[in-house]
Amino acid sequence: MASSSVAADMELDHPNLEDYLPPDSLPQEAPRNLHLRDLLDISPVLTEAAGAIVDDSFTRCFKSNSPEPWNWNIYLFPLWCFGVVIRYGILFPLRSLTLAIGWLAFFAAFFPVHFLLKGQDKLRSKIERKLVEMMCSVFVASWTGVIKYHGPRPSTRPHQVFVANHTSMIDFIILEQMTAFAVIMQKHPGWVGFIQKTILESVGCIWFNRNDLRDREVTARKLREHVQHPDSNPLLIFPEGTCVNNQYTVMFKKGAFELGCAVCPIAIKYNKIFVDAFWNSKKQSFTMHLVRLMTSWAVVCDVWYLEPQYLREGETAIAFAERVRDMIAARAGLKKVPWDGYLKHNRPSPKHTEEKQRIFADSVLRRLEEK
Amino acid sequence: MGSTSSMLTQYDIEEVQDHCDHAFSQQEIVSLYHRFCQLDRNGGGFVSADEFMSVPEFAVNPLSQRLLRMLDGLNFKEFVAFLSAFSPRASLQQKIEFIFRVYDTDCNGKVAFEGILSILRDLSGSFMTEQQRQKVLTHVLEEAGYTKDSHFTLPDFMKVCSSSFSRSIYSSHKSNQLS
Repeated sequence: MASSSVAADMELDHPNLEDYLPPDSLPQEAPRNLHLRDLLDISPVLTEAAGAIVDDSFTRCFKSNSPEPWNWNIYLFPLWCFGVVIRYGILFPLRSLTLAIGWLAFFAAFFPVHFLLKGQDKLRSKIERKLVEMMCSVFVASWTGVIKYHGPRPSTRPHQVFVANHTSMIDFIILEQMTAFAVIMQKHPGWVGFIQKTILESVGCIWFNRNDLRDREVTARKLREHVQHPDSNPLLIFPEGTCVNNQYTVMFKKGAFELGCAVCPIAIKYNKIFVDAFWNSKKQSFTMHLVRLMTSWAVVCDVWYLEPQYLREGETAIAFAERVRDMIAARAGLKKVPWDGYLKHNRPSPKHTEEKQRIFADSVLRRLEEK
Repeated sequence: MGSTSSMLTQYDIEEVQDHCDHAFSQQEIVSLYHRFCQLDRNGGGFVSADEFMSVPEFAVNPLSQRLLRMLDGLNFKEFVAFLSAFSPRASLQQKIEFIFRVYDTDCNGKVAFEGILSILRDLSGSFMTEQQRQKVLTHVLEEAGYTKDSHFTLPDFMKVCSSSFSRSIYSSHKSNQLS
């Protein structure tokens, strides 16, 4: 079934706009008179609904893709068991130890520097940046990360933002290892929240709450201020707004694209053979996600730093966002879907339904007049 | 075929096939099962209204609330039977029967003027006034030889709807998604 669904997938995944429009809106023959059967026959609307129930392009973006099990055989199974013993018994403890030592070293250096060098901000920032980069390298080592960076390394100068596709919070760690980015993040609870509050504040982070609508204005202002300040670290934004399974990209939010500065796209692609790096935040906590990474053989991924883009003459922020999304999707081999990532947490706005109703009502009224 | 198992046995598949009158092939039933399990996130053995509404394409459909009432609490067997009208193997009779069921909310075998008006309300929303809707409906009913007080039964629906299916979009490409 897997092979036939791939072929079906290939033709399904290209978003067919006609599937999202009611058939009445497609160019048709000139409006005919309205008959009873036209009102009673609701089959197009029902077909759309049934189609959505059977398969839809939005749910596909968040499906975890675990690799096919290969241990189903009398001689493969002992091999796999042996692998499990090594991964959980040897690698995991070693990695946890590395991580623990790394954290200790980090805290031992970070807090003294943070408090003792309070007066000398520039020096303190520099040292803290290096410490954060080091800590991220320790993290990457703790999952045996094999990361290949392509393209020119990010430079620290003002008036630029970096945007990347989002698969898991480890995206941030992988990129941070190379350059100390400032980042805009959703506030998380637990130990992640603690780290956000203490350490990431030093590289410069902007918090937001996706459930708070008023927050958007404030966040937009903070973004603009950060980008214009010459001393701040380069800002990294994940415009999808949510974790997607590294095979698709959802629509980019335009906030990062209307700051009036250069946008440098970064494409990240994980190699699924080693581990599925998609963090399904509804299914597992970040701790469990890290444990899964640490008990796999390796995390292999490619990072491409792409050419900085600027807003073109007469281009809207949304068109600009789409253009950059095209670049990232093409580079990382991802398929695009026309959905907003926040639909994972919220219902679609009623204006989509209203649009369909408007088209239907217009068509009926128009044909009524034709008599 | 418990909610916790993710494997269907051959017996299960045949039972489901019988229940939907062989509208789907065995392969299609397996695909539908994977989809059912994907939608049924809390593993309760049925897909709740909330879980259906988390599919954005379904949530923006004007008839979603009406369909949710029909879909509420269905187990997998009933879910497949529900979708059988959309199979390419479904007969015209089955398709029109399904449409009739959507209209006939109180399941008494009859659809009145108010019933058709209420679906028209769902489809047109605030873009037609109540007066316009009544006017349109009365006009087409009179043209077809019915009155405002007529009651439609299933045979009436068959007569009216079968002529429109030459241009209906029960497209088979949607059912290709099942295999």
